[in-house]
Amino acid sequence: MSILLDRDSRVIVQGITGRMARFHTKDMLAYGTNVVGGVVPGKGGETVEGVPVFDTVKQAVEATGADASLVFVPPPFAADSIMEAADAGIRYCVCITDGIPAQDMIRVKRYMYRYPKEKRMVLTGPNCAGTISPGKALLGIMPGHIYLPGNVGIIGRSGTLGYEAAAQLKERGLGVSTSVGIGGDPINGSSFRDILERFEQDESTEVIAMIGEIGGPQEAEAAEYIRDHVTKPVVAYVAGLTAPKGRTMGHAGAIISAFGESASEKVEILSAAGVTVAENPAVIGETIARVMGKAA
Amino acid sequence: MDIHEYQAKEVLSNFGVAVPSGALAYSPEQAAYRARELGGDKWIVKAQVHAGGRGKAGGVKLCNTENEIYQACDDLFGRKLVTHQTGPEGKGIYRVYVESAVPIDREIYLGFVLDRSSQRVMIVASSEGGMEIEDISAERPESIVRSIVEPAVGLQEFQAREIAFNLGLEPRLVQQMVRTLQGCYAAFSELDATMVEINPLVVTGDDRVLALDAKMSFDDNALFRHPQIAELRDKSQEDPRESRAADRGLSYVGLEGNIGCIVNGAGLAMATMDTIKLAGGEPANFLDIGGGASPERVAKAFRLVLSDTNVQAVLVNIFAGINRCDWVAEGVVQALREIEIDIPVVVRLAGTNVEEGQKILAKSGLPIIRATTLMEAAERAVGAWRNDLSQNTKMRAV
Repeated sequence: MSILLDRDSRVIVQGITGRMARFHTKDMLAYGTNVVGGVVPGKGGETVEGVPVFDTVKQAVEATGADASLVFVPPPFAADSIMEAADAGIRYCVCITDGIPAQDMIRVKRYMYRYPKEKRMVLTGPNCAGTISPGKALLGIMPGHIYLPGNVGIIGRSGTLGYEAAAQLKERGLGVSTSVGIGGDPINGSSFRDILERFEQDESTEVIAMIGEIGGPQEAEAAEYIRDHVTKPVVAYVAGLTAPKGRTMGHAGAIISAFGESASEKVEILSAAGVTVAENPAVIGETIARVMGKAA
Repeated sequence: MDIHEYQAKEVLSNFGVAVPSGALAYSPEQAAYRARELGGDKWIVKAQVHAGGRGKAGGVKLCNTENEIYQACDDLFGRKLVTHQTGPEGKGIYRVYVESAVPIDREIYLGFVLDRSSQRVMIVASSEGGMEIEDISAERPESIVRSIVEPAVGLQEFQAREIAFNLGLEPRLVQQMVRTLQGCYAAFSELDATMVEINPLVVTGDDRVLALDAKMSFDDNALFRHPQIAELRDKSQEDPRESRAADRGLSYVGLEGNIGCIVNGAGLAMATMDTIKLAGGEPANFLDIGGGASPERVAKAFRLVLSDTNVQAVLVNIFAGINRCDWVAEGVVQALREIEIDIPVVVRLAGTNVEEGQKILAKSGLPIIRATTLMEAAERAVGAWRNDLSQNTKMRAV
């Protein structure tokens, strides 16, 4: 069993008729992901890459038993689609969409609290590359072949920087249990802390790698959680040492606006919590290998 | 997106927030005329730039006569105002706001922000208005009152009352404060703001609660549903390179260094800048060309990076996932054939089909310096920049 996503996960793609969504549906099917359907209001009855399209998520869930969803819906409508998935009984949702208004995400988070915790959908993203359990399933847009199956759990904000880390691991013959993109937006579905909690419980994960960046309190909150609750070794890298204060660096959430939000402050906070920090992005793989050597 | 003080005051007053009477002027003559229209015998002339700290930087002037208004305007118009928020280049003053001066009893700080910890809107207030919030947190943290708004029901009256009483306002002023807080919150949530700051909010000698200053920022991702806000954009207050980049769908931030960066993905772009610094160089920019890295985007990115005359070497770092390295390499070669470049270019490709990509770069006959790892790329870029610099110096010496 891996966290969030497995071979048996039954996946629907919301917004499946879009160009990007079609492309990645094909890619996910080729990887072995069990994509069972798609949802686009008004396009029920069509098929895309051989999977049936439904008008509503509820219909898709009833017809296919779907329990996971990938949202490719354009920004103005994405929040609505996430809430629709939550209401239809989807257990795990990844939202790829970049550019959702922050207040829409505040409403999404508030809406999800209407369900008791055991029935509440888990959301990762928006503005992320998705989640992959190598060799089992891919729910996102990452290139599957750069990940080997293995025991490193990865949590990251950034897509391509996450690929960089996975490629560095592959070079050393190290694999990944699950890699989870939590996205670059200021209001996101799951935080580092939320995913750390899952990796700590996960039998197939030995070491956890956190790839953070400037902006927001989530790295510092994770540090506190690691100090008090995580027994597995954690390696971290924080991007943006050279980023100026008060400027948004690509990701809507990558902006230093308060104390503790710069890369050097985050590195300090994580180190103090017992996390092994990779000093630069070129040694993420090397640092994980070293920690695993020690752990063995 | 930021807007000017006078625009923020107009927006907020539409939501019931009281502001002093004032008017906008584009010239000294107009400013004097506005002052006559406003009446009274004391006015404040305020430079309209997108930055805080205007007062300390000399951008706000108290005037007692029409002559003083002319003098203030002559000093302000056309000048670049440098505050602690503008950077050394400053921001141009093309508009001033003329406001009737009001007698001030006390100053309050009031801010509305997106709190990323609670993932809700948070109100921050302090009885120490007039100071920057950073200074208040450092020097008078006990004066700060915080309140988090429940998004399903919005700001409740009791919360607003609590804030007013905690700030030590007299009961006769509480209702005005409640109206101000509710107005700000309504503007914040209905218009998709990311920040509302009133500093100071003042209590006047005649018991009025007025927003003496106002700052608002809006969520760029939500401007599509607020065309009336999008119209308030003032390009004269933006870095021209950054707005040109934004118009082309690229995410660019200009910096002080001389090694230009072209990278796909925001996290990888920041990581690349960090590695350049580690290798002993200084990045000239942040640039995320997006996950796709199509040939057109690579070409646009080169033009943009080279428009910065400080750039003395370029580092291209692309992790090709779904798009393949050979395709990205074709794009780089195409771009370099179109644009004449007389500074070193280092290209590092990684990911899908990397060998084919390298071959295309090698065969192109272009003077591209290739690298395989991120560290190697940064070291070669810094090395090439140093070499180039010393060669140029030698040539000049000859």
